[in-house]
Amino acid sequence: MRDDRSQLELTEPTTTGRVRPSYGLVFLTFARNSLVRDMTFRANFIIQCITSVSWMAMNLGYYLLIFQFTSSIGENTGWGKYEFLVFLATTLFVNSIVQAFFMPNIEEFSELIRTGGLDFALLKPIDTQFLISLQKIDFSSLSNLLFAAGLLAYSLVNLPELPSLVQVLLYPVYVLCGVAILYSLMITLAATSVWLGRNQTLYEFWFYITNFSRYPMEIYRGTVGTPLRWAFTFVIPLLIVVNVPARLMAMPLADQSWPLALFALLATAGVLWGSRAIFSRAMLSYRSASS
Amino acid sequence: MEPSGTPSAEIDAHAAPPPVTLLQSLWTWWIILRTSIEERLVYRGDFALGTLMRFLPLVTQVFLWGAIFEAVGAATGRASVAGYSYHEMMAYYLLTQISRAFSSMPGLASNIALQIRNGEIKKFLVQPVDLIGFLLLSRIAHKLVYYVVAIGPFALVFFLCRDFFSGWPEPHILLAFVASLVMSFLLGFFMEATLGMLGFWFLEVSSLLFIYMLFNFFFSGHMFPIDMLPGYWGTIVRAIPLQYLAYFPAAVFLGKIQGAALVWGLTIQLAWVVFFIIASRVTFHLGVKRYSGYGG
Repeated sequence: MRDDRSQLELTEPTTTGRVRPSYGLVFLTFARNSLVRDMTFRANFIIQCITSVSWMAMNLGYYLLIFQFTSSIGENTGWGKYEFLVFLATTLFVNSIVQAFFMPNIEEFSELIRTGGLDFALLKPIDTQFLISLQKIDFSSLSNLLFAAGLLAYSLVNLPELPSLVQVLLYPVYVLCGVAILYSLMITLAATSVWLGRNQTLYEFWFYITNFSRYPMEIYRGTVGTPLRWAFTFVIPLLIVVNVPARLMAMPLADQSWPLALFALLATAGVLWGSRAIFSRAMLSYRSASS
Repeated sequence: MEPSGTPSAEIDAHAAPPPVTLLQSLWTWWIILRTSIEERLVYRGDFALGTLMRFLPLVTQVFLWGAIFEAVGAATGRASVAGYSYHEMMAYYLLTQISRAFSSMPGLASNIALQIRNGEIKKFLVQPVDLIGFLLLSRIAHKLVYYVVAIGPFALVFFLCRDFFSGWPEPHILLAFVASLVMSFLLGFFMEATLGMLGFWFLEVSSLLFIYMLFNFFFSGHMFPIDMLPGYWGTIVRAIPLQYLAYFPAAVFLGKIQGAALVWGLTIQLAWVVFFIIASRVTFHLGVKRYSGYGG
């Protein structure tokens, strides 16, 4: 009885008579279910929080170690110690959001294709991409957000000047753009598993390729570096993910490269649209694995 | 197993010549090795591609350290970080890929713990096959196949990066390098096997293994040469065996460790190998005593 009612609450009738799911409520239900699951194994949850934060702390230690030997990453790039810590905090923000919301789902997606479990997702009266992208939330990854926020605050205070209101307002927008770009790349790779069957190596590839986004784009120079930077900005906009928000926050407004910031918005819209198109194509080619 | 007092032809045949038993057991081990090799070769394409990809993070390291050395050089006029030139640093990262190809044991400890938990370990308790020996052989098989497949990608990357090296080291250094690699394989194996045996005491060891992986990643020298660590951090990291998994072989090749220090280093590495061989045996022995299997 209760179940029926909660089922009804998640949908709302439209004027055409078709029942349209209420995406916000469905998402909240997903979030609640994930939280209930996480809280069922509370000790495990706490251990996961601690381990993921200690991984971040180790990473931070590595960069602090590097700054024992140098005062900046590259000559005259503007990426001094505290500027780079802003960069690192931004990397953590973007990655922990992606890890919390999308990673656990997309990891399971190729398994759904292999086992035929995708049939059930396709039958549900809700957008399939929404369903397979957000069903699970890994709340322990959000503990990194706190760590990142602390690191960001610490490094901003140590910069020569505090960021202006414009910078503070634009920063979350560009962090979300970064999340959207990474998500699009992820769902595109996942969608290809419809055609390729199992693609474990592709996931590894995803990890290795996003590695490029973790450093200031200025370091990619020379005969190999320049084409690389060009490709990862304009073909696969990976360098935009962290560089644009981090630069916006760490450098004074006058030093900003506004064309790049504008391009970041266009690139985000482009890859979101592109990945949606690829995903839809993949769904059309899907043949159930069940008998 | 021992022949009892009853004199009969059958028992004589069983108790008879030891050389046959040795040959038989060698045959058994050979079959295990061959099966593991065949099993491994099934996924060779995926394998070669995976190996090549493992070098991708190295590309970012080349650029990151390029930028760092440029800044250091501009500030001090002499580009050196913890005694490493830019080329040495890049050669170091390339060489740790080789050390890791020997010393990394993906899934070893977690598989032992899993077998303990789901009871699969029973088969080693009732069959006349030694668990650690079996795992060692299948790991050797995995590694052999890995080298056969990975030599292509490795040769390609090292050829492309040949400018980072200032030539081949002297023969005795090369010999020490090979010895330290073989020992890093054994050390990695027996250290992880010992960790896996902890599954006899704890039901869930995954977070323990994560901590091990974390320390391994940062303090084996995989992430950076441990010469960079200052003060007592450096002292601590040099005292624990992790450095022999990645740092030590690479530093030997680069000639960072020579003469008496080299002999001393190899000896300590050997001592750690022996220590963990014994530790894995003892933990296995004690664990089996605790273990109880039911059903199936």
